[in-house]
Amino acid sequence: MAKEERTASEKADFKRELTEVVPHLRAFARGLCGRADMADDLVQETLLKAWAAQERFQPGTSMRAWTFVILRNAYLTDMRRNRFRGEYDETVAERVLTAPAGQEEPIHLSDMHRALLTLPPERREALLLVGAGGFSYEEAATICGCAVGTIKSRVGRARAALNAMLADGNIPKRSIDDNAAHRAILEELDDVAAGQGASRS
Amino acid sequence: MSSKTPKTPQRVPAGGPLPTPAKSGKDTHPDWATGLRKLYDSVVEEPLPDTFQDLLDKLDAKD
Repeated sequence: MAKEERTASEKADFKRELTEVVPHLRAFARGLCGRADMADDLVQETLLKAWAAQERFQPGTSMRAWTFVILRNAYLTDMRRNRFRGEYDETVAERVLTAPAGQEEPIHLSDMHRALLTLPPERREALLLVGAGGFSYEEAATICGCAVGTIKSRVGRARAALNAMLADGNIPKRSIDDNAAHRAILEELDDVAAGQGASRS
Repeated sequence: MSSKTPKTPQRVPAGGPLPTPAKSGKDTHPDWATGLRKLYDSVVEEPLPDTFQDLLDKLDAKD
């Protein structure tokens, strides 16, 4: 079936929805790669790809979920090219920390962010999608191209790991800069990227 | 008792306080879970650099 050119109003809708989702793309990207400037690069890349693929977007479905798939894949590709070293943005973490908390014992968010970045990428993204992005397990599974049970288990493991790290104050300093750790991450990324055709088009 | 009032007006959370998930009381909410949401929401609420809108406008004009 030949693809019909989208009507002007469909294109306008697409652009509007894509625009609306940009703040969420930035938040997801920041959580994934930890650094504001790199995250924004990733968002730009995502917008370009989303624009080029707009005929494949089903109007009425979730623009956020659709673009997250694109962003995620761009991230995995870039990560394997070694663009991101899992650095994190201390200033953001600190700023968030100063936000009114209402908590007796506010967690040190830069610790949290660093702990988050030490998680294997597939657990980190699962936790980000469900715990921060507010996606259901089902939606997260669709975004990551895996089974719902897999997402549940990843989120569970990520939570357990963070609980343990933050409870003990046992947060690896910069293990991501460590060569062995970095290689391990890349190997896991290979699995993530190979196993799951999330963006089957 | 005294919650700190942020001095910068833009720090006010757009959507008000985060909704507490009412479901399964099974896993209690550790502090970091709230922190994770805050980290995300704080980025969502950041003023958007013009670059994104510019990019979309450029793409739009090209079509």
